[in-house]
Amino acid sequence: MTALLFLPLLLPFALPPLARRCLDRLAPVTALWTLTCAVLVLAGASVAALGALVLNGLLEVPVLASLGELVHPLRTASDLVVLPAAAGATGVLTVGAWTLARSAGRQLRAFRVARTQADRRPAAGDLCVIDSPHPDAYALPGRPHRIVVTTAMLRSLAPGEREVLFAHERAHNNYGHHRFLLAAELAAHCHPGLRPVRAAVALAAERAADEAAAAVVGDRKLTARAIARAALATQAVRSDRPDFAPAVTAGPVPRRVAALLAAPRRRSRAASWLALLVIVCACVSAGASVAGVLAFHHQVEVAQGEAAR
Amino acid sequence: MSSAKDERRPAGELEAGVLAALWAAGAPLTPGRVQAELDSGLARTTVTTILSRLHEKGIVGRERQGRGYAYFPVQDPHGLTARRMHTELDRDDDRGTALARFVAQLSPDDERLLRDLLESDGSPGTAEHGVTEPGGECLPETGGR
Repeated sequence: MTALLFLPLLLPFALPPLARRCLDRLAPVTALWTLTCAVLVLAGASVAALGALVLNGLLEVPVLASLGELVHPLRTASDLVVLPAAAGATGVLTVGAWTLARSAGRQLRAFRVARTQADRRPAAGDLCVIDSPHPDAYALPGRPHRIVVTTAMLRSLAPGEREVLFAHERAHNNYGHHRFLLAAELAAHCHPGLRPVRAAVALAAERAADEAAAAVVGDRKLTARAIARAALATQAVRSDRPDFAPAVTAGPVPRRVAALLAAPRRRSRAASWLALLVIVCACVSAGASVAGVLAFHHQVEVAQGEAAR
Repeated sequence: MSSAKDERRPAGELEAGVLAALWAAGAPLTPGRVQAELDSGLARTTVTTILSRLHEKGIVGRERQGRGYAYFPVQDPHGLTARRMHTELDRDDDRGTALARFVAQLSPDDERLLRDLLESDGSPGTAEHGVTEPGGECLPETGGR
């Protein structure tokens, strides 16, 4: 039983390398859906397994066992495994809950400020312009959807490129990409192995919006150019920012630009296998978690004298 | 982008495009100039209609120029909105995952890679808009106030 509960804790570590390949091989929308669903299932399975391990450890303590009305000793793995596992699981859950609460608080505050400021300004259609020397642009979900763009960003783009920017942000809003980002954020706090997948989901969402924008303006090169120019303009202003860690591999923006400059990918058999592998990974994890929790529940009932061994 | 396609777009999107052109210009524009700036084959009458609608909403102001009007975006008093937004959003290192930003920050490697990609792409629009200018300066031709 305890072995079954460890499987959902190990499988999330397999997802980040798979996620990277998904980004390269799958269509952006497919990658977005596959990764988000997988990350949610893996996170749920791991939290359930961690919870079961904690409970198991607690029920080994005599006082708590009597509170739980256990009349027989709990027949699970030896204390040498159960107690350290319970302590570790408690630690992971506590840290996860703490970082989740902190991140949720921050993002909610940032979102609320963005929303109030956008609502205060009159909007032309869905566009809210902010007079600022910092080039910046983002999609603001909620009712009504808004695209927030600073004047510096508008001025660093040519007319056609501005249409790309608007089409990109509208795609984020129309397809509800913020929900995917929130799901990935939530999962990242549930299991440390899922943390790198958050960036993969974000990149998949950007790629999906890029492709949607390219379809709207009907020009992939123009789309690539708009993204590159916006990024370089942002960089020119922010180059003196101290809180900046150089990345080892290529960051998301060059990958997006390169993907748009390359010919659109055809569906390949390898891509289907890859998606299948991610789905299998999630299913195995969920299955193991459910089986492990059910087995643990049965053991508790046995110990309570309610079920036969 | 054909004109037929543009005429079919929702009014909100057209308003957004026109307002963006006015902000990018940084000087009052006549409907004719807006039409030229948009570069999208919108009829001039359509542009005029959109501009007067924006004016009614109080989003743009206008001044007499010749026989018609020139339009300019209404400034936010003291740039308060911008300041509040930037102080709040720039505070965090993981700046709001919930807000999907158009572009992420670049590392120095990213920057070089981007410039290489644009150069190898060799599109004519690249050079004339100044992305490949050395020293990271990226001034648009339409900029300046």
